[in-house]
Amino acid sequence: MRLRRPILVVAVLLTASACSSSGSTSGARTVTLVTHDSFAVSKPVLRAFTTATGWKVRILKSGDAGAALNQVILTKAAPLGDVMFGVDNTFLTRALDEDVFASFSARNLKEIPREFRLDSTRRATPIDFGDVCVNADRKWFADRRLPIPKTLRELTGSQYRDLLVVENPATSSTGLAFVAATVAEFDDGWLDYWDRLRANGVKVVDGWEEAYNGEFSGAAGSTGTRPLVVSYASSPPAEVFFADPQPETAPTEALDATCFRQVEFAGVLRGAAHPDGARALIDFMLSRRFQQDLPLTMFVVPVMPNTPLPPVFRKFATVPADPLTLTPERIGRDRRDWISQWTEHVLR
Amino acid sequence: MTARVPIWWGRALLLGVPLAFVTVFFIWPVGAILGRGFVVRGGVDLSPVGEVLTNAALRRVVGFTIWQAALSTVATLAVALPATAVLSRYRFRGRALLVAVLTMPFVLPTVVVATAFRALGVHGSIGAIVIAHTFFNVAVVVRIVGAAWRGLDSREEDAARVLGAGPVRTFVSVTLPALRPALAAAASIVFLFCFTSFGVILVLGGPRFATLETEIYRQTAQLLDLRTAAALSVVQLGAVVIALGVAGVMTGRNRGSHRLPTPGKIPARIGSRARVAAALAPAILLVATPLLSLVRSSLAHGGYGYSHLGTTPFGAAGSPADALATSLRIAAVATILAVGLGLALATAVTRPGRRNRVVRLAQSVVVLPLGVSAVTVGFGFLIVFDAPPLNLRTSWWIIPIAHALVALPFVVRGTVPILRAIDPRQREAAAILGARPWQVWREIDLRLIGRATAVAAGFAFAISLGEFGATLFIVRPETTTAPVAIFRFLSRPGATNVDQAMALSVILMGITGVVALIGERSANTRSASTARAG
Repeated sequence: MRLRRPILVVAVLLTASACSSSGSTSGARTVTLVTHDSFAVSKPVLRAFTTATGWKVRILKSGDAGAALNQVILTKAAPLGDVMFGVDNTFLTRALDEDVFASFSARNLKEIPREFRLDSTRRATPIDFGDVCVNADRKWFADRRLPIPKTLRELTGSQYRDLLVVENPATSSTGLAFVAATVAEFDDGWLDYWDRLRANGVKVVDGWEEAYNGEFSGAAGSTGTRPLVVSYASSPPAEVFFADPQPETAPTEALDATCFRQVEFAGVLRGAAHPDGARALIDFMLSRRFQQDLPLTMFVVPVMPNTPLPPVFRKFATVPADPLTLTPERIGRDRRDWISQWTEHVLR
Repeated sequence: MTARVPIWWGRALLLGVPLAFVTVFFIWPVGAILGRGFVVRGGVDLSPVGEVLTNAALRRVVGFTIWQAALSTVATLAVALPATAVLSRYRFRGRALLVAVLTMPFVLPTVVVATAFRALGVHGSIGAIVIAHTFFNVAVVVRIVGAAWRGLDSREEDAARVLGAGPVRTFVSVTLPALRPALAAAASIVFLFCFTSFGVILVLGGPRFATLETEIYRQTAQLLDLRTAAALSVVQLGAVVIALGVAGVMTGRNRGSHRLPTPGKIPARIGSRARVAAALAPAILLVATPLLSLVRSSLAHGGYGYSHLGTTPFGAAGSPADALATSLRIAAVATILAVGLGLALATAVTRPGRRNRVVRLAQSVVVLPLGVSAVTVGFGFLIVFDAPPLNLRTSWWIIPIAHALVALPFVVRGTVPILRAIDPRQREAAAILGARPWQVWREIDLRLIGRATAVAAGFAFAISLGEFGATLFIVRPETTTAPVAIFRFLSRPGATNVDQAMALSVILMGITGVVALIGERSANTRSASTARAG
């Protein structure tokens, strides 16, 4: 008797909130896409999918690629949605080992170059790729008549002392990709390389935003002082695209020989409520309409060959022919050790 | 006429609803995620906690976390208290505006503040961490302690002075003891904020600094090592409980010498102008310098960011204006939730009569969300709200609910000292004159805490507007709040992105300032009319 009233009120409160939540999930044929916070797609493209298939898309976002995948793993028993987009090759084995994806062969799968089809079990479908590369501030080097370095090895030269800023691999996926680049390039000697980089005054910051907007001298409006930064092959075209008015030449350039390739995958979530909608959405992600949209929405490169690239990409982006790579298995196995060894050598 | 509602019914309700809210939306999800870490094959295995405590590196992390939080709290109090004294005791032109300016940092995302601090050369050191924490938290002290300070009966101080005590002696033996509850409340909140601060440590401290919060983030979000994360969370919770215990002891049982607001008693005397300025200078310098530098950088490229507020950048989900609208909607709901629940709880715990353990515990429990990692709560939501009747994990409501959890302790801690100070005889008199319990509450309590409530509401609103960590880690439908939008703009290269991010930050700041200003103004008029009536 004493407690009945509060319980009643709580019950009313909870029912009310439960009702309002179920209200938003109702509606005919909605497929739910779970993804990281950087996912983007232009509205007309999404509408085209709905028109063509009758499926509406509900997009759920959270955190970065690592956090989003971990949330999917944590909710395996009761999936958050039907499709997940945004697992990259550095996290691929975790997704596969945890078995969060159902197998699915997308309609265009065979047309995707073999180098991107990293999952032989056909659960993770490659959608796009991008390269993590050292970027250079052209004007800074031109002003000092210093040649822009070309290789990872050159970065340890004394003429490039105190010029490079990198991201912490423990907190930044960009930073992790660059550590992987050094492993791919120097193999067992990668830590020696980092010792030399450290001796040469490399600066480490927490994340890409800090490195690029804060420390890099080549970013628009930046007060940064370092002319070399670990960023993306797509950063130079982005500098042009997001300038008003757009300049004739890119203020920065990506160094081809320093690039490490990241491939991004999508998968049908095991236990999805709408597996057919999920499959339709992944098929759509490999269609020309969606693939063409990728460069300027997420600043990545489509995996489907012969997808026309926007002019700003054709003119200013590098797509290195022979980027540094590591197998997802190798990354999955060693990621943790790399990070702790790197932390010991570079930060302590 | 209906029968009288027994008092204990009302009390149970006032206590029960807020506690149920905290239990369902905080204790349950956090407990569930900790359970994932500790429950192994049906048995509870607490050995990870021991492993954390015996691991030298992690012990260093624990030590550093406590140390930087303590240092930051002391620095914040040192900078904020002189300003609080002046702002709550003197009336002068621009007073409300100053309070508003000091509140602005509260909503700014760390990424944005970091740019300003870096331009000023403040980054990459423990000093930078402490300065940034002070910058963010001055408002907490000004608001919570200020509300109590205004309520001090200046006649006691006058009496001490007449009896020959100097200004220092008067402050130490009369003012300070009376302020103790509010000071403890503010200090414990500042401590918790610094204790669990994430962005400041990573962005302004740099990668060499690690705290429990950054480690929990790494273990949960990056490594999915729930075992270690759970152990770290338990250590974090333990430290938080100890900190709250200390604050509780400091609060003591001091309730006597508190009077209700008598604003405007002391007009600024000409001779004291210099002193007023000197007391305000550190806080204003610390807060205004980075803010002005932000405003300046937001004006780059002919104010591109401002002229393109309605422009949705290619590929983005919405324009800066859309994000602002979303944030305002969420903040409104979060404020209503936090103020409603907070006032209920504050009333319940301050009602005279039985003061049992539940009542005392309730006050501490609502503060706990400040001491637990946003990642832990966000991941906890995922695993508990996955089935009806609470299938909330992908609902819009989860964001204002999370924000209300963060704002709740401010409402409770801001209003409890005032409610405690109400002379019970006032209520008794009203009751004897025939008022029902709720009438007593409306006519006595509510009128007297009008100011504190307005201030708390403004603060809750600001907290929601600026909340970033939890928002980012909660799975949510395409609802981009302003801080998340700012973060997104800054995560792409290019001038227009930076411009839009900066302009949006300044507007967010401006809105917070205006809300704080309105809160101050309405609070003044309300308590002034109360004073007249009384």
